[in-house]
Amino acid sequence: MMDLLEIILSTGFWAATIRIVSPLIFGTLGELICERAGVLNLGIEGIMTIGAMAGWMWVYQGGDLWGGVIFAATVGGIFGFLHAIFTVHLGLSQHVTGIGITLFGSSLSYFVYRMLLPSATTPPKIVPFQTYKIPYLSDLPVVGEAVFSQTPLTYLALLCVPLVWYMLQRTPIGLAVRMAGENPVAVEAQGINVLAVRTGAVVVGSALMAIGGAFITMSAFDAFFFGMINGRGWICVALVIFASWRPGKAFLGAMLFAGLEAFQVRAQQITGASIIPYQFYLMLPYILSIVAMVFMARKAKYPHALLVPFRRGERV
Amino acid sequence: MQIEPRANVSVIRAAFAPVSAVLVTMAICSILIVWAGAPVLEAWASMVKGAVGSRFALTETLTRSIPLMFTGLAIAVAFKSKFYNIGAEGQLYCGALAVTYFGTGMITLPPMLMVPFLMLVGAVAGGLILIVPVLLKTHLKVDEVVTTLLLNFVILLFVSFLIEGPWKDPMAMGWPQAASIIDEGVIPAMLAKGRLHYGFVFAVIAAILVWAFMRFTVWGYEIKAVGLNASAAAFSGISINTTIIRTAMISGGLAGLAGVSEVAGLKGYLTLDLSPGFGYTGIAVAMLAQLHPLAIIPAALFLSGIYVGSDSMSRAVNIPTYIADVIVGMSVLAILVSVMLSKYKIKWGK
Repeated sequence: MMDLLEIILSTGFWAATIRIVSPLIFGTLGELICERAGVLNLGIEGIMTIGAMAGWMWVYQGGDLWGGVIFAATVGGIFGFLHAIFTVHLGLSQHVTGIGITLFGSSLSYFVYRMLLPSATTPPKIVPFQTYKIPYLSDLPVVGEAVFSQTPLTYLALLCVPLVWYMLQRTPIGLAVRMAGENPVAVEAQGINVLAVRTGAVVVGSALMAIGGAFITMSAFDAFFFGMINGRGWICVALVIFASWRPGKAFLGAMLFAGLEAFQVRAQQITGASIIPYQFYLMLPYILSIVAMVFMARKAKYPHALLVPFRRGERV
Repeated sequence: MQIEPRANVSVIRAAFAPVSAVLVTMAICSILIVWAGAPVLEAWASMVKGAVGSRFALTETLTRSIPLMFTGLAIAVAFKSKFYNIGAEGQLYCGALAVTYFGTGMITLPPMLMVPFLMLVGAVAGGLILIVPVLLKTHLKVDEVVTTLLLNFVILLFVSFLIEGPWKDPMAMGWPQAASIIDEGVIPAMLAKGRLHYGFVFAVIAAILVWAFMRFTVWGYEIKAVGLNASAAAFSGISINTTIIRTAMISGGLAGLAGVSEVAGLKGYLTLDLSPGFGYTGIAVAMLAQLHPLAIIPAALFLSGIYVGSDSMSRAVNIPTYIADVIVGMSVLAILVSVMLSKYKIKWGK
């Protein structure tokens, strides 16, 4: 018992939590922006895979790291645009489109990876983002090492939380996005193009998801594996529901999640694999996501026009 | 841009939708083939040859279509009621788990009874695992897409635990696999040579039964009614929750049968690579069939041919086999558009 308490008190645990939370923040905020505008984006798993592959490949082919992040975001945005054409402009099923984007996006990533690296048996590596100690702040006790001694992409993730909150809650653009997800007819009455607002939200959200994927190959690891997103995208979808579509709560939810993940890795080492097989530890994040959704689903204040396509001049 | 419904959708237009979707998909994939530096026509020819060009190829395509028919039917029934069951992959493994549990010596029956018994327990297992997501949906309004997707990962890890731990076959020389199904439980082969087994016949019968069920029974009618307009269905006295739960049990059962046919018909034992994503490919099968149970048969055969053919395409012109998955994913998107265009017309400009 004392051992487990020691885990939570250790700086390493908190540093790991911040590291694990970064891709979840990108993914969850990206999904949140899409859903706030009224579009469920189930392409997230595929878009994160694309981001992971595209960003990594950019660097592997000789590009620089930030160029890779921008490239991943661009490719993610393009897939988001495809999603938007289907769901926003053509009004097709958001469920099926999202699954289609995920199937297409992940398979295309694997295809491109194999085509460019046909004979790679051991995954080739890149030099990923290095930790950057923020001057002065990193000298602080505990938080200095846990929060301010991370890679630049983690700082970007942490910055995105207040940024997305501010954009959604305090700017006219954010208001238009939120209204497009609550009452699109009213938005149209204001002379704002609902379809354009939703398209923009899905493109930006998808770009964020792709950066989340890129984090995994360019900051957390240094190589691209098949199936490496491993359901993280779906976990982000669950986190958005858990957070009641609020960026701040999304951050807290993601932190809770990442904390449990970091905790289980350490607990596994202490208790030893002999008592509980490792598969049960690996199941935890998925089961927790389901439990989190169950807890929040009843009082969830979901955007009213979520899943409802908007057609101009049509009564709802 | 304005979207208007067509006054009447002719049968020809409806039937043309999947054909045009496939053509568009192949056209776009041709760009990938050109990019890979391979001759396009030769590449597609090698795929066709690899899928149906020889007796061996043909039996392989038929064999591979069996799980796709079952998962395709599972998805089609569920989507008909707008219950988005994306967990066919996990339900398939649940069916496989049940077959392994009952079929590796625990119970011995004569073959005429053993195979139906295993199919029954597999179907029940596939349906049972869906109880959790469906009750969460009907009673707590938890979105079933995310729960069924997440359960896939949980189930796969559970299978991994069983075949690396308590169920590990000590005779398998260290490979993580479960014990073999006893001889009485093996679904017999259809031909003297090749891997094709009677699971194919069962799958076709299942498609016909599902079609008849949807077409002629009250339950089938209720499933369609809830999918078309849930509030209208509720108003006319149909219990939405009961219908969705029933749909989920049928859907999960069908997906479980895919696991039965793979373990008892093809592999003979449970491994972690039993299904290379049959549950997800089933979505493409169901969409290409436009959720029509009988159309599942050709749709499954087609995508099965793509998978089997992509292996020889990959060997012949050196293109990654992932091209098959790209075709599957893209066809889901293409069919969405082409079905829509068959029902609506788009007017450009104001």
